Amino acid sequence: MSPPYQTMDAMEILELYFVENRARLLDIASFLDRIDRYEGAETARADFRYTAFQNAVDLLKSGAAGRTAAIQTIFSDPTTEPLESAVGLKAFGAWKGETR
Amino acid sequence: MKAIDPHIHMVSRTTDDYLQLAIAGIHTVAEPAFWAGFDRTSADSFRDYFQTLTVTEPARAARFGIKHFCWIGMNAKEAENLAMTEDVLALMPEFLDAPTALGIGEIGLNKNSRNEIKTLELQLDLAVRRNEMILIHTPHLEDKLKGTRIIMEMILSEPRIDPARVLIDHAEEHTIKEIKDNGFWFGLTLYPHSKGSPERAIDVVELYGTERLCINSSADWSVSDPLSILKCANEMRRRGHSEAAVAKVFYDNPKSFLSQCPKFQAG
Repeated sequence: MSPPYQTMDAMEILELYFVENRARLLDIASFLDRIDRYEGAETARADFRYTAFQNAVDLLKSGAAGRTAAIQTIFSDPTTEPLESAVGLKAFGAWKGETR
Repeated sequence: MKAIDPHIHMVSRTTDDYLQLAIAGIHTVAEPAFWAGFDRTSADSFRDYFQTLTVTEPARAARFGIKHFCWIGMNAKEAENLAMTEDVLALMPEFLDAPTALGIGEIGLNKNSRNEIKTLELQLDLAVRRNEMILIHTPHLEDKLKGTRIIMEMILSEPRIDPARVLIDHAEEHTIKEIKDNGFWFGLTLYPHSKGSPERAIDVVELYGTERLCINSSADWSVSDPLSILKCANEMRRRGHSEAAVAKVFYDNPKSFLSQCPKFQAG
């Protein structure tokens, strides 16, 4: 969809969405602090989901375009072979790095 | 404004939600068959469920002036049980003949397993034999990209299925381009914790345009919001999009896609 739909400029977008996204950022910081504060933090920080999360945070800071799709890809299973069975399996939100 | 929710699981919602939909301007809904939140143990449970989708829900909706349509299918999450799948498939034609059944859905993959693929294959075959429209469920989270690609490959290898009569749902930023490039319709789901937000959905509208796009609530028994499509329409409006463009995304598009089934009539 092309402009002229876009009646706002980038500063107006910043103005409109800044406070709510500041709050989201604080939620993420608080989530990471919570992991650090609880017993077993070292194990949690070694988990594949934590690693994927950190990679996504790094990507956020990169300034590259298309960050949303790129972060989705970081969390995705890149393999192409079907699983032998799905019995007892659930989605974790990040790929563990092997076919479960 | 008038809007159509092309994917909402009203069987899991209260009657009061029908009232909320009606007074908010959602006068037409389509309800795909899905996983009930627990694994059913026999095809008889599906018979009762399909009966609810084709008889009970249209009647419950009609009390509030809402037109209720449905999709009939064996969801991927219960597809590991191939014996039960075959029994359920045998039931489906009877319910696909119902005056409000639009096609086969939501079918697809969940964890991308071999039995899920076999079940999808059988249902694609049924769709071809009956010339049914298809509504595709794509896997959640880390399994979505792989599953979407497997599903598209399966459908595209069957030349008797027209991608323009297939909607691939729960698309996200990393799957949309491939879905569109292959000629399918795509659905965006507004689901607070695990899928998309109104802001991201309207980003997609701005990046990919309004063609072959439907936005839905997929409201069900989990954390979800039956009025989310209207909140998303409001997000589109506050970005400065015209009322005509908003109406195209939230009314004209679902009407166009669903009207490919002659049984469909928008309220």
